[in-house]
Amino acid sequence: MAEVVFDEASRIYTPGATPAVDKLSLTVNDGELVVLVGPSGSGKSTALRMLAGLEPIDAGHLRIDGRDVVDVASKDRDIAMVFQSYALYPSKTVRDNMAFPLKMRGMDKAEQAKRVNEAAEILGLTEYLDRKPKALSGGQRQRVAMGRAIVREPRVFLMDEPLSNLDAKMRVQTRAQIAGLQNRLDVTTVYVTHDQVEAMTMGDRVAVLRDGKLQQYATPSELYDRPVNAFVAGFIGSPAMNLMDLQRSGDGVTLGGSTLPLTREVADAAGSADTVTVGLRPEDLSLTSEGDGIKAVVDVVEELGSESYLYAHMAEHPDTTLVVRGPGRTRVRYGETIAVRVDPDAVHAFDASSGERLAS
Amino acid sequence: MTTTVEKPTTTSASPRHAASEKSRSEARLGWYLAGPAFAVMLLVTAYPILQAFYESLFDYRLTDPANRSFTGLTNYGVILTDPVWWDAFGVTVLITVVTVAVELVLGFALALVMVQALKALRPVLRAAILIPYAVITVVSAFAWQFAFAPDSGFVNSWFSFLGLAPDTDWFGSPGSAIFVICLAEIWKTTPFISLLLLAGLAQVPDVLQEAAKVDGATWWQRMRRVTIPNMKAAIMVALLFRTLDAFRVFDSVYVMTAGANGTEVLSFLAYRQTIARLEIGLGSAVSVLLFISVVLICGLFVKGFKVDLSQARGE
Repeated sequence: MAEVVFDEASRIYTPGATPAVDKLSLTVNDGELVVLVGPSGSGKSTALRMLAGLEPIDAGHLRIDGRDVVDVASKDRDIAMVFQSYALYPSKTVRDNMAFPLKMRGMDKAEQAKRVNEAAEILGLTEYLDRKPKALSGGQRQRVAMGRAIVREPRVFLMDEPLSNLDAKMRVQTRAQIAGLQNRLDVTTVYVTHDQVEAMTMGDRVAVLRDGKLQQYATPSELYDRPVNAFVAGFIGSPAMNLMDLQRSGDGVTLGGSTLPLTREVADAAGSADTVTVGLRPEDLSLTSEGDGIKAVVDVVEELGSESYLYAHMAEHPDTTLVVRGPGRTRVRYGETIAVRVDPDAVHAFDASSGERLAS
Repeated sequence: MTTTVEKPTTTSASPRHAASEKSRSEARLGWYLAGPAFAVMLLVTAYPILQAFYESLFDYRLTDPANRSFTGLTNYGVILTDPVWWDAFGVTVLITVVTVAVELVLGFALALVMVQALKALRPVLRAAILIPYAVITVVSAFAWQFAFAPDSGFVNSWFSFLGLAPDTDWFGSPGSAIFVICLAEIWKTTPFISLLLLAGLAQVPDVLQEAAKVDGATWWQRMRRVTIPNMKAAIMVALLFRTLDAFRVFDSVYVMTAGANGTEVLSFLAYRQTIARLEIGLGSAVSVLLFISVVLICGLFVKGFKVDLSQARGE
């Protein structure tokens, strides 16, 4: 049970160089699951390791339940961490791995055994308690790592890409398990991933990082509906949002020969700029009957059964490409020309040079 | 019915057959590659051992070659009932236990220093730590002998504040002589152990240390519960190599005391019988007994540690 506050916390590896984490400020409420997401090198893991006490905090503050932990050693922060590689102790059995943090705290044997057995029960590990990690599958090892974290009943859970070593099916399964477990235990959790699907599905709130800087910290739906800049817009959503620099013309922008209207506010915010970065989610584009709509030539068809994604380029501007969501079992084939209709309410517009969202 | 029973057996048999074919060809390649080295090893180690064993069965002295006679295991009986052998055995065990124990602790400390030193300092530090190991044993033995020499050595004059008389004869009594021999051995071979332990330390993933930190372990607990258990294989290899080496200690003893004043060790006894007294038969028997001791130590270590050596290879 704890509130975690990053207060302009920075990690600077080499003085003068770009900080790995640059004045990160965010608050994780008690019991909340917050996901830090970003491409590699964005500083998300470093931020987590700062919270874990495995990286120093070079500037700013970091508070757990109001206490500044900048100078507090890991072992005194009352946190538990699940590592990407699980970091199980190879020479110890599953039981001893899970009991290790309790033992280090000098808890009495009976209580240790009780907690380990409970955690093993929850995670379905009871029959593996006497095995060494070597004799477990990847999914089981992951659960042991989770077990080692939950027996502690820590104030904060830290998870560093805990699913990335699992195969796709296990990942989806375990994702739901972790989210369920976190809900049940109601422990403040900071979760790091590079996978935006994980971020969107698991996080109460999601912090998007890039080059050590926080881009946006919001609920998944807000990130999706109102990305604050072109980077977040392109990062969140799969397939990614179509982002195009388009010429202004009158009240709108030119897309494939036709004009896409912009709202009053966006046009005002864009001011006198010649071009605007326009973002269109594939799911906000639809196929329409021949005649109206933007003409595009299909390059690739991805058929997913329930839906399909059509990768196409503009008939008149081959450099501009688009991804369009089509119906499942589409009859559209490679090389065909399609007509695309844009939902005018779903147009995202960003400043072409700064990438900031135009209008609210 | 018969077909349904037969079918799985044939399908499951064929991949197994393919696998064994592959492993067999790998084994063959292994022999082609290692074969020549194996043959050389046989020639230079197995042959002398067998020759020594053969010689040990004879009463044979080079000063009286005509009276060479087959006596079976009599030489072994003579040696094992003679206090000279048991004294040398005791001294050898003492030197082995003291040097290996001290070297293990010291070597581990040095390995930790090398791992944790600043990157810029590391090459210098490594070289400094390794220098003694690069010195020829005889040379280092002479250096230590000179240092402790009663008349001209610096130890007596420099360390007089320790209450040393300026004419302390270090090599005059068994205790102090063995102390100096151990010191020379430790100085010389600690780098070897620390190098092996350094390799072992490097194999313990950093993330385990981090996990233990978060789990609340102190530095000492991390060492004891995480680092050391995970480098058991490296520790065993270091201990084994050094024990076998220490058990055959010769150069230092030869240079410093020539076995006098109760410092005779087993390999010096073998040397004295074979080379000095030209008792080929008896000397060979001592060598064979020394060899058997070493094999037993080796067996004890491998059994006692119960280490899966594949761990040392990082599997």
